[in-house]
Amino acid sequence: MNKVGIPRGIFYYYYKDLWTNFFDYLDVPYIVSPKTNKKILRMGIKHANDEVCFAMKVFLGHVAFFKDKCDYLFIPRIDNFKYNNQTCTNFLALYDLVKNIFPSPVLHYNIDLEHKKTVKKGLFYLGRKLGKSNKEIRKAYKKAYKFYKEKKEKEIKENLLKLKSSKLKILIVSHPYITYDEILGKDISNYLEKHNITVIYSDKFNSKITNKLALKYSKDLYFKYNKDNIGALKYCENKVNGVIFLSAFPCGPDSLVNELVMRKIKLPYLNLVLDDNSSFTGLETRLESFIDMLGELYD
Amino acid sequence: MTKVSFPIIGSYDIPALYLLTHALNVTVIKPPPITSKTINLGVKYSPDFVCTPFKYTLGTMIESIDKGADTLIQLGGGCRYGYYASLQEKILLDLDYKIKVFNLVTAGKPSLRRITKIFKEIDPDFKKVKLFYYGFITLKMVKYMDKIDDYIRENGAFEIEKNSFKNLREEMLKEFSKTKGIINLYKTYKRYLEKLKKIKIQKPDNYLKVGVIGELYTLMEPFANNDLERILMENKISIKRYTTATYLLLKKKNIMKKVLKKLKIIKYNLGADAADNVYNTKVLCDNNYDGIIHLKSAFCTPEIGVMPIISKIADSKDVPVLFLTFDSSASEVGVRTRLEAFFDMLEMRRDK
Repeated sequence: MNKVGIPRGIFYYYYKDLWTNFFDYLDVPYIVSPKTNKKILRMGIKHANDEVCFAMKVFLGHVAFFKDKCDYLFIPRIDNFKYNNQTCTNFLALYDLVKNIFPSPVLHYNIDLEHKKTVKKGLFYLGRKLGKSNKEIRKAYKKAYKFYKEKKEKEIKENLLKLKSSKLKILIVSHPYITYDEILGKDISNYLEKHNITVIYSDKFNSKITNKLALKYSKDLYFKYNKDNIGALKYCENKVNGVIFLSAFPCGPDSLVNELVMRKIKLPYLNLVLDDNSSFTGLETRLESFIDMLGELYD
Repeated sequence: MTKVSFPIIGSYDIPALYLLTHALNVTVIKPPPITSKTINLGVKYSPDFVCTPFKYTLGTMIESIDKGADTLIQLGGGCRYGYYASLQEKILLDLDYKIKVFNLVTAGKPSLRRITKIFKEIDPDFKKVKLFYYGFITLKMVKYMDKIDDYIRENGAFEIEKNSFKNLREEMLKEFSKTKGIINLYKTYKRYLEKLKKIKIQKPDNYLKVGVIGELYTLMEPFANNDLERILMENKISIKRYTTATYLLLKKKNIMKKVLKKLKIIKYNLGADAADNVYNTKVLCDNNYDGIIHLKSAFCTPEIGVMPIISKIADSKDVPVLFLTFDSSASEVGVRTRLEAFFDMLEMRRDK
């Protein structure tokens, strides 16, 4: 049986539970690339164009990891979630880009709700490409989707519970592929938790609520994932002590949206931009002084 | 009375000025041409890693506000260009300017309803009929301008008398800005087309042909690309450029579907004009162009993503590509040196 390789980057952090369960129930063998390490990062920088966003460099490193290790790569394409809910143009281009710079065949599906291409249709397309019958796919999808939804709801609940904690609370406004990546953002949340701070993540909110709240900051915003982020920020505005904006250099949507929000909020904030030269020591100093300042305000 | 202004791209301020003065009952302030002062202003107040057109347009906006404007109109594209207006308004308000910025196109999808709504807000007496009538004339004007420019790009390098094309173009634009109606516009266009064709050119047999592709603002605003097309013409090179306002406003929507069907190398739209540029690369290669120059502003996400695909196509057809990135601080000397090296290479390949 052919193996499917799933790169641990960008899309993976949004859909990991759905995908891994879907492949499990379908009996399709797959491998997920290991957590980001120095070697993967180096490979990514080698394959990527130097001006590409840092998260994409990491992603290409994960793709490069699969050389001779799998038969198919799996890279979806996400265009939009209905009108005025676009994604960054990298999400649109990654499938075609990887197809052209790496030799392995690429499996994909396309999410384009404006043209009624949903995740469900995408996974059915994917299943058929892998040679499964509609019946098998339907069964696998149902189970996988249930698990994915339940886990998501659980995570949202946990995240909301954290807002009631009596400790110092910091909201991390960022995309999941930055926040939870070993090299990009994981160090930061670990550091905060080590210093007895409750960390709340902007991506773990109900997007129906956050999308409406996002309008209060900006009416014209049409980036779906940034809407989620700033909506979460609005939701937490009076409930947290400080905000950390985490973005990869040079993220397109973040460069405009975060700047706009920073000009509008009245909370203390720290803006961290990660690139391939940033070391954690440098970030640590900035985090430390930010926490100190928050501590003094809090007392 | 409301004083309206807008950021400038190339010579398209003339049709824009025409449309706004006729369709709206407002004073329209002509945006000052871009200078190094403009970009310095823009850089000073922009966030760090925003793409360069943001800085240019912000700079122009500040300069037009200094000239008295209190309402600004911004356009939008398919990438983050559509979100410029929101942040620029906030930046200008933080600078204590009392202004409003309107974004005509959002999310890269122009809608008539949005445009009429915005025009109604600027001028309460605005009537839709006016927009249709003058909008039609404006689009025609843009089309004629682009046709003339296409001819100049192709033949401008071979003029016998220096600056004859440039002078004629300036004269024509002046006439265009005084247009009285659609017939008047058409007559002016025909008259200048004839004059243009009469300008004597001397084409050598083996002249070089170069295609220019890339991101729209850097392509269409000569200041943003250090007047690259003039440098090309000085070096006796014929230029082909597909990205024009006509293309973006009228043709792009219909062409895209056909493009994706014809291209086997990419399957989907890649955001903004990236897929178009892949297609243009293929067309340029198939039509035996000697080289391709790809221009973009720093941090232009869609174009950065598409660069490997462009070089792959060009490599397979053995056509050299020069990638140039323009930021606010690019100097003409640096660009000139790289271009001249590129031309030398092209000439050597041709003579082989």
